[in-house]
Amino acid sequence: MGCARCVPLFVIRSPGTPDRPHGGGVHVSTAWAEAPYPVLVTDSVGDVVETNEAASHLFAQAGEDVFVGSLPDWLAQAHRRPTPAVGPPESASGTVAGRTFEAHPSPGEDGCVVWWLVENTDLHLAQQALQGERERTTILADISSALFSSLNVERCTEVTVRMAADHLANAAVVVAPAQGRRHSLTYTQVGGEVAHKTAAIDPRAVPGLTEALQGFPPVPTRWIDPGDIPDWAVPPGFTGPIGSVIVTPLPGYGMPAGVLILLRSSTHQAFSDGEEVFARLFAARAGAALSAARLYAEQASITTTLLRELLPPKLERLHGVEYAGIYRAAKDHERVGGDFYDVHPGTGDSKETFVVLGDVAGKGLEAAVLTGKIRSVLHALLPLSGDHKHVLTLLNDALMNSHHTRFATLVLASVQRRQGEVRIRLTSAGHLPPLIVRTDGRVEEAATSGTLIGALPEIHAQSTEVVLAPGETCLLYTDGITEARGGPLGDQLYGEERLRTALRECVRMPAEAVVERVQMLASQWLGGREHDDMATLAITTPLGGGGTPHLVGEHDDSRPHDREQ
Amino acid sequence: MTSTTTPHPLHELSERLWAAAIDRDEPAAMRLVTAAADAGVDAEALLLDVVAGVQHRIGVEWAADRISVAAEHAASAITDRVLAALAHHQNPHPLHLRTRGRVTVACVEGEWHVLPARLLAEVLTHRGWHVDFLGGHTPTPHLVAHVHQTNPTAVLLSASLPTRLPTAHNAISALQSIGVSVMAGGAAFGADGRYARLLRADAWAPDAREAAARLDQGLTQHHAGRRQQIDDDLPHLTDQEYTLVVTRRTALVKQSLAALDARWPAMRTYSTAQRERTAEDIAHIVDFLAVALYVDDAELFTGFTTWTAGILHARHVPAAGLHLGLEVLAGQLRDFPRTLTFLKTATEALQAGSHHTGPGITA
Repeated sequence: MGCARCVPLFVIRSPGTPDRPHGGGVHVSTAWAEAPYPVLVTDSVGDVVETNEAASHLFAQAGEDVFVGSLPDWLAQAHRRPTPAVGPPESASGTVAGRTFEAHPSPGEDGCVVWWLVENTDLHLAQQALQGERERTTILADISSALFSSLNVERCTEVTVRMAADHLANAAVVVAPAQGRRHSLTYTQVGGEVAHKTAAIDPRAVPGLTEALQGFPPVPTRWIDPGDIPDWAVPPGFTGPIGSVIVTPLPGYGMPAGVLILLRSSTHQAFSDGEEVFARLFAARAGAALSAARLYAEQASITTTLLRELLPPKLERLHGVEYAGIYRAAKDHERVGGDFYDVHPGTGDSKETFVVLGDVAGKGLEAAVLTGKIRSVLHALLPLSGDHKHVLTLLNDALMNSHHTRFATLVLASVQRRQGEVRIRLTSAGHLPPLIVRTDGRVEEAATSGTLIGALPEIHAQSTEVVLAPGETCLLYTDGITEARGGPLGDQLYGEERLRTALRECVRMPAEAVVERVQMLASQWLGGREHDDMATLAITTPLGGGGTPHLVGEHDDSRPHDREQ
Repeated sequence: MTSTTTPHPLHELSERLWAAAIDRDEPAAMRLVTAAADAGVDAEALLLDVVAGVQHRIGVEWAADRISVAAEHAASAITDRVLAALAHHQNPHPLHLRTRGRVTVACVEGEWHVLPARLLAEVLTHRGWHVDFLGGHTPTPHLVAHVHQTNPTAVLLSASLPTRLPTAHNAISALQSIGVSVMAGGAAFGADGRYARLLRADAWAPDAREAAARLDQGLTQHHAGRRQQIDDDLPHLTDQEYTLVVTRRTALVKQSLAALDARWPAMRTYSTAQRERTAEDIAHIVDFLAVALYVDDAELFTGFTTWTAGILHARHVPAAGLHLGLEVLAGQLRDFPRTLTFLKTATEALQAGSHHTGPGITA
């Protein structure tokens, strides 16, 4: 308060002091006249009838003559409030001469009220600062969680402009780094939609933009003339002249993630220094989030490209035979693993389709890489696919001579349709023999066996031939199915017997339904427990039914399909 | 996602498609629908009234024991393929004309009933949406990665069996936390969508037409980061009854089998396979009990129990075993007050002899 004289209040009751006698017949203590707090006495209608020294001084500072005019509005309003029947009268607060006060009333005589003004300017300022700081912290926390929740560049950019428009400016634009000579622009304004466009722009048209795109520190906002802003930097539909502009880089991982342009209309207050600082804090967060999203998109794109060759192929009907496969990797977040299958459509007169299903020791990406090599080798050996033993020997040699220490088991099948039935030559190389579902409900095991591949210099293999009548299926599968551990008692293997039982019900089912049913039952048996890679491939002779389906599936296919016999 | 009343002009087509599906005659089924499409039958009516209608009937016929589970599966496979062929045949808008925006349609992990989701995907594609259909049994991490990579307007999540609800909940909150809105659909969420609301989905639709209409209105963009912890949605989970029932599932099944052995002489003559069926039945009861605890709804468990009684009744199996099963479970879950209330309510409903229409649908 800065009042050096501390006169104790309410010590002596006196009629007044010689230099400042009291008027108006109001009888109050002398102490108040020199009290360190401004004091006003108002009569019943709200006119000021008396002030003490501090009050005169205060109102003089404010350039107001409270005797002539009325009380400040906030105090006049408080005066008009009825005195509560019980309890102390209510205090009021407001500003005088740019300082804030709390005014406490105490009733005087004849309906007069004595207003004691206690200054709380510092407290008020501190509270305001605290509230502002809290709001900014909340906004920054909100911004961070919104920005960092998505790893999608487009969504991240949308969130950035939306948040910027909501909290910092009337409108916001993000200029992404150039792609060739074009920049992607994302705009929005308060309450508006987010708009995108890609355009060949001249960054030099916006002061500071070229520098910001190169990652230089932002130019002070006062350097930017709002009149210089070109139309492309203003959101479509933004009305009114621009009052002030901030151009700030979005710092990224070693290179700028883009530039944020904030616009305020001329009817709005210009950006303050504090707001400029806040805009930079915001830009730092947005830049980090955008860079993370870009990095993720790049990695995801690389992964997709590399995995494309390793993913199981989509199967469909070929030369009058149905093929369907389902692959489930050991880990739910992975798409590839140590199991694999391929179907190579036959060419030439025989139109013998070559099918392979196999299992490499181990799981995960490392195993998947080896499956990719095996699939490539087998693809190259396609012309020799008439002789399974020969193919297996060559594959064995290739694996023995590679740096991989892993081995593999597989089943080869050469499939040919002849007069309504399907002939399959099957060879197992250390793999589970395929199961054949007959129309009478029997489930047979194909009589083929052989040594696994990639372990011994010499291999042997025993082939077999089976014939499938319409509605019959040959199922190739990996041990991930039969070794699924779970069931109602939690610790049992699914086993071949349960698989056979399930297959007995798959007579005359489309190939897709067979693999789906087997995978579903095994998956339900697992009930969410850990499992190995699980692959199933069904070869089915379609039912003749009433004729030829002239639609074969959901994929475009330029290959001509054989008409059924 | 079914229509219970087939409009008259399509009635005969539905009957013939049903006959082809049940006869496992895929070519005939294909010819029927493509001929109808060529003849100008409205694409959506063909999808939702004919194909979905037939699929619904397959489920009903199975429940009534008029067809086997394998026949149900084979017929479903045919309707599924018919649907795919139809989509191909109708030649929807090329990608650049799908101007309505991009959405993702998927079944929650563990959900193998793909048809409702596929129908929805077809309807939305037909209406001009760019639809990414991820199919059945989509692991949540795949779904999240897909959303990061494609930035869809919304994810439409399908689940038919109520036992998938905890997984669905996990998927909903994971998707919302990365800022995408989720619409839930399918029988698992309740005929009135009550579980979709409980699990804080942004929207719910009873069928594909409604889902498309709801999407047209626009879903409120989700504010990422505002999504709370899963258990904030379901404060009742703090009693741990759900967690304990799920983690003790195997032990509960084993103990129940032992208790049945002691109390039900017929069990002793069971073959290994029959004992396994019984164990599976008990496991199924435990699963539904657990999910009822998860959503805190006794009605869900009662509905499942009375529906099971109806299924058993159709197969001339006395419901005594089911009664005893509930009793045996109650004996093992004595310290779980909420669980005991659910078991008691279900037992009373069984005694009253009410039959439920079933948990989840088949189309």
